[in-house]
Amino acid sequence: MIGYALAFAFVALAAALAMNLWRLLRGPGVGDRILALDTMVINAIGMIVLAGIADGDGTSFEAAMLLAMVGFVGTVAYCKFLLRGDIIE
Amino acid sequence: MTGDFAFAELLASALIVLGGAFALIGSWGLVRLPSLMERLHGPTKASTLGLGGMLLGSVVFFQLVEGTWTTHELLVSVFLFVTAPIAANMIAKVHLHQLKLGKTPGPAGPPAEPGPDSLWATYEAPHKGTPGCFAED
Repeated sequence: MIGYALAFAFVALAAALAMNLWRLLRGPGVGDRILALDTMVINAIGMIVLAGIADGDGTSFEAAMLLAMVGFVGTVAYCKFLLRGDIIE
Repeated sequence: MTGDFAFAELLASALIVLGGAFALIGSWGLVRLPSLMERLHGPTKASTLGLGGMLLGSVVFFQLVEGTWTTHELLVSVFLFVTAPIAANMIAKVHLHQLKLGKTPGPAGPPAEPGPDSLWATYEAPHKGTPGCFAED
């Protein structure tokens, strides 16, 4: 039963990533592209968590934690650069 | 014992399916909604909630089915729930900043401009005595 749930969630996340990619390529403004990248990072964390459940080992959650931190820092760095013209003032 | 096991697997499966559905709905909102301020709603709420559901499902799966207790997932979800509003606020500030510069109106047109007396927080310099003010340093 957990196999069917995992298959559904994998397909849902793949479709979500494709939609984010569409918004990343299409997005009329810079803000749309930053938002699409941020959402892609969130969905990639979901993929890693699902892969950890499918493999049955708990080692992949360190990767999820690191991606959560680095993705947030990346989003804030993009926004800071656009707002202030510099990242670390 | 087998009844408990089946219930745990059912609970974990339901949480995972719910999480995947919410993540899909969030990205669908990102594609469909007309302007950036509306598009922010999808990823910040639906996708974060979906990821929270998947992480809870993972906790339930490893605790009840595998028999090992892990707290990494809770750490990830707490971190995400704290950082998602901050990232959304930064993106909204970027959007307002670009509107002020005359870039990127978007398909639905720009939102209502703030009046001359009440500027958005992005455009205001930090007030004296607040944490963002470095005038006296």
